[in-house]
Amino acid sequence: MEGRRPDTQRLLDRLFVAAKAIGRDIAFMEVCGTHTMSAFRCGLHGLLPPNVRLLSGPGCPVCVTAQADIDLMIELADRPRVTLCTYGDMLRVPGARGSLELARSRGADVRVVYSALDALRLAEAEPDREVVFAAVGFETTAPATAALVVEAHRRGLPNLTVLASHKRILPAMNALMQAGEVEVDGFLCPGHVSIVIGAEAYRTFTARYHMPCVVAGFEDWQMILALTHLAEQVCDGRTELENAYPEAVRPQGNPTAVQLLAEVFESADARWRGLGEIAGSALVVRRIYATFDARARFGLVAPVDREPAGCRCGAVISGSCSPEECRLFGTACTPVRPIGPCMVSSEGTCQAWFKYRRRVVTEDVR
Amino acid sequence: MKTNGTIATADRLMAEDEGQHAAAGRARGRVMLAHGGGGQLTDELLQTIVLPRIGNAELCRMLDSAILDVREAGRVALTIDGYVVQPWQFPGGDIGRIAMCGTINDLAVCGAEPVGIALGLIVTEGFPMGDLAAVLDSIHAIASEAGVNVLTGDTKVVGCGQGDGVYVTTAGVGICRGPALTVENVQPDDVLIVTGAVGDHGLAVMLAREMPEVQSVVRSDVAPLNHMLRKLMVDVPGVVWMRDPTRSGLAGVTADLAAQSGWHVALDEERIPVNVATRHAAEMLGLDPLEVANEGKAVIVVRPEAEERALALLRDEPYGRAAVTIGRVTAPRDGVCELHTAIGGRRILQKPYGEQLPRIC
Repeated sequence: MEGRRPDTQRLLDRLFVAAKAIGRDIAFMEVCGTHTMSAFRCGLHGLLPPNVRLLSGPGCPVCVTAQADIDLMIELADRPRVTLCTYGDMLRVPGARGSLELARSRGADVRVVYSALDALRLAEAEPDREVVFAAVGFETTAPATAALVVEAHRRGLPNLTVLASHKRILPAMNALMQAGEVEVDGFLCPGHVSIVIGAEAYRTFTARYHMPCVVAGFEDWQMILALTHLAEQVCDGRTELENAYPEAVRPQGNPTAVQLLAEVFESADARWRGLGEIAGSALVVRRIYATFDARARFGLVAPVDREPAGCRCGAVISGSCSPEECRLFGTACTPVRPIGPCMVSSEGTCQAWFKYRRRVVTEDVR
Repeated sequence: MKTNGTIATADRLMAEDEGQHAAAGRARGRVMLAHGGGGQLTDELLQTIVLPRIGNAELCRMLDSAILDVREAGRVALTIDGYVVQPWQFPGGDIGRIAMCGTINDLAVCGAEPVGIALGLIVTEGFPMGDLAAVLDSIHAIASEAGVNVLTGDTKVVGCGQGDGVYVTTAGVGICRGPALTVENVQPDDVLIVTGAVGDHGLAVMLAREMPEVQSVVRSDVAPLNHMLRKLMVDVPGVVWMRDPTRSGLAGVTADLAAQSGWHVALDEERIPVNVATRHAAEMLGLDPLEVANEGKAVIVVRPEAEERALALLRDEPYGRAAVTIGRVTAPRDGVCELHTAIGGRRILQKPYGEQLPRIC
């Protein structure tokens, strides 16, 4: 999905020109873990004009998964005959009673899968095990979970269920705006999610909040390109929806995937780590597929959602607090022993900051 | 006909496995607990499977200890490593190759010339004898290429469920000739060289383990580097420090270099060689090629005046053709390794956490 790589320096020059013309501090928010990673990995923050900040919003699926959901996963994994499979970066997320990694070390059968369909293979290969796929992620990974449920239904698999904690990104963006705590001048819309839901999905959001939105790809230059578009909109006083990733994102997205999502899931309210309850933001398994819903199969009741004391990941995710302003950051909470989810995931804002922060510390010492 | 009960059972199992009574001398059948019991069946395993493959004068004496004659030695290097890679066989190599290369390379990057290997095998009951023979063949192949023999060894068999296939432990002894390579000697303006593309081994194994259905051209780089690094030490004055970027990858080694030397290490992302297929595999699995293992590469720090000669020598060697300068040691004394990215940004390179976990999107 790589477009032709333009001259990044020329793009940066355009961004500097627009930023200078704006003449005040501005902030843009990305809401995608891969954007966080990509920006971090190419050192983008250090290249931006001094008055432009790039914030990381609630875009890392690991970071926004409520602690109660993690606790449910661990509770299931600890049961005899249960094989819990999930994506790799869920393993170290701390719940109230440790993490899946810890559960595995005391004997729970926890396996890392690369795609939802791996769970199907596992269930067929090990018919004596109850295979539970702990599914997290936005509209990017949700279609794969939906496909898994449909396929399990078609094959009549008796030992496969999904514990879905899927979320939708637009309700979260709406919630951020309605809370009014976030001061941003534009959104960098997530490329992968947009491949599924389509660029047009942000049309209403853009209009309702007079908020510039640009759909962005993940290469370093694609992010710079999208930021440049955003800055130029702010500079011109425009509030438009632009698609700066047309090579992958179509206006209406991927109708097959959208159809699949609607077939298997329905919207419901969900708790987001740090952000609380957001209406219509969850994708839960429809009743007609209840046989494959781990919550129904195992009669699971969500435990009380308690967030770790002192952890400010919620404020970090909503862009209203920088990681350094959290008391735990870099002292009690580090990538090796994370407390908050933003420190666990390599896509998490705190973990990315930790690496910058260390630099600041060493310079201070010097 | 043997009368010992265990052996009779062994024979019956072997016969079942092969559909006929198998001759123990051929690498057929399966490893059984009794093969590790120290009795007749152990002897048979050694005489028919192990010694024909990796035997040499010293090993065949079957003493409780190998005796090494190292009168000339001043400083002696000693190293040990356990190998548990799953699957035991992967594109480009197997557990026997890595066990030998890993230990030989650990000695070589310390400036030591390997003189002998001690080999410990732990095999799970039921492991195919033919596979064990293949592992030993690999060990022999590397021993021949590197000119280092297995001088002593041990074989144990564990029951089903107590292990998974085959585990190999290798200890190595080497003699240090030439100057000591210590991180204290690293100083600003020193140059970092890597002997070739990084990330191949880690991704070849990850693909083989996690996505066996994916056809990929990514192959492990596992190779013994002792001859090449010996030549470098002898011919090029100004080699300061070496490490093999195994489990925590290039990032782990360069972060260690910065932390241990206390100096700043600046790497140029665009100069770090990563094969295209490896890069794509890394993206697919959500891994960073700089953080995964290599088994046939060295990171070498040389004085600036030695850079050209070192590169020329390395590029003349089969395992150093793609050797390239990737960065420099600089002031300030902050102990940080920083990567200068393709678009002119910077990021800190840290030692990875531990287990490589793929990301979601």
